[in-house]
Amino acid sequence: MSKIVAKTGNESMAEAMRQINPDVVAAYPITPSTEIVQIFSSYVADGLVDTEFLAVESEHSAMSACIGSAATGARTMTCTASQGLALMWEMLYIATGLRLPIVIAGVNRALSAPINIHCDHSDTMGIRDSGWIQIYSENAQEGYDNLIQAVKIAEECCLPAIVTTDGFIISHGMESMKLLEDKEVQDFIGDYKAPYTLINPQKPITVGALDFTDYYFEHRRSTAEAVLQAKDKIIKVSQEYSHLSQRKYELFEEYRLDDAQMAIVVLGSTAGTAKVVIDELRSKGIKAGLLKIRVYRPFPAEELAIVLSKIPAVAILDRADSLSTMGGPVFIDIKSALYNLEKRSKLINYIYGLGGRDTTLHHIREVYQDLQNILDTGKIAQSIKYLGVRE
Amino acid sequence: MKKLPNWKELPMGGLILEAGSAENYKTGGWRSIKPIHDKDKCINCLNCWIYCPDSSIIVEDGKVVGINYEFCKGCGICAHECPPKVAAISMVEERR
Ligand code: SF4
Ligand code: SF4
Repeated sequence: MSKIVAKTGNESMAEAMRQINPDVVAAYPITPSTEIVQIFSSYVADGLVDTEFLAVESEHSAMSACIGSAATGARTMTCTASQGLALMWEMLYIATGLRLPIVIAGVNRALSAPINIHCDHSDTMGIRDSGWIQIYSENAQEGYDNLIQAVKIAEECCLPAIVTTDGFIISHGMESMKLLEDKEVQDFIGDYKAPYTLINPQKPITVGALDFTDYYFEHRRSTAEAVLQAKDKIIKVSQEYSHLSQRKYELFEEYRLDDAQMAIVVLGSTAGTAKVVIDELRSKGIKAGLLKIRVYRPFPAEELAIVLSKIPAVAILDRADSLSTMGGPVFIDIKSALYNLEKRSKLINYIYGLGGRDTTLHHIREVYQDLQNILDTGKIAQSIKYLGVRE
Repeated sequence: MKKLPNWKELPMGGLILEAGSAENYKTGGWRSIKPIHDKDKCINCLNCWIYCPDSSIIVEDGKVVGINYEFCKGCGICAHECPPKVAAISMVEERR
């Protein structure tokens, strides 16, 4: 029997971490993820977990300590957001290259400048080429569920993983959610058997050696393969978890897409807003749907292409701008995922909600209205738009 | 030329599973100046052995018997640390 509780996104992630009971957590607090570290450190102080907790002096140190810890074979986690994740950046690539399954409980927040503590996806979109598995959550329930799954996914793939919720919208929003029993979580993740450890004197190894022109390329190629293989492992773990929790987890969620003529693609909390508008449009006979990406890295390109190719007009919503003049990162990815199809959908891009700007039902209705116009005229008036900015 | 392993044959994560394998990777070629040890002057205080950052001073039975030029980088620390009155190590230009 699962318990129903009221929790914020941060509380739900801290609760998941308590149930995971990692060997090591090295973390530095940053808004809006501070509470995760704070709540978890109280679990440590109260003896509710066996975790070795390292309060470090920066996020760069946090990730460095996590790498050292994971290289010994310890199950290792941390939490961060925004500038904190940006400060970890150098070490994130090292975690991937050393194939260490560190898990971050992340909270999405805008990047400076200007300084802003509210939600957008600029922080996590900035690590999209780092080889980390990236999972986005729509609400506190998904943040909790995804974090538990991420531990198993990361360990099975020997790759690091980050699970995120949206800053304040989810992290500080209270909702009712279901928890698994402690034992169910422990049985699900199992004992961690690291593929290697730095501290076995019987079997000394070198971790992080120098590679020149003769080996670097081969090592990068094998890491690329690990990311390629990760997708099937993510699907498998998600299915196991869906079975355990009775909540369905896939690479992405399809909401009323079967016969949809137009669809929105979005990550995170805005999916909830879009679902409300879709129900409203459907009641008027308008065939609108939603595709919510859960696993953003590795990018489910083939799977997305199959689904999206059937939908004539698609709007991709990006809560980050790539500043490449090509639109947001999700738009760029989806465009290239569809490029080789015989029949391609019409795609438009909206940069929305930067710095925590509210994205309301009204905004989503506006997007579907634009899609309707594309369906009616067959023409895209403007392919990249900023949704909700003062013009 | 020795055939190098392909990407599928390598251990994961760039690990090196063989202990002490750095010995197989000769790095003495980076040197532009070279220490020359004079056995007759040397008092075997082992300062050079302690300070050499590359473990390139070869010691047998408590006595310096030579320098391992396969790894010595020519940093000159040994010459600097040798007691000035003894000056048993001189640095000369490397010629290959
Ligand atoms: S020159 Fe430097 S590396 Fe070479 S033996 Fe002397 S101290 Fe060692
Ligand atoms: S420091 Fe000089 S005197 Fe001392 S052992 Fe080395 S070479 Fe000999």
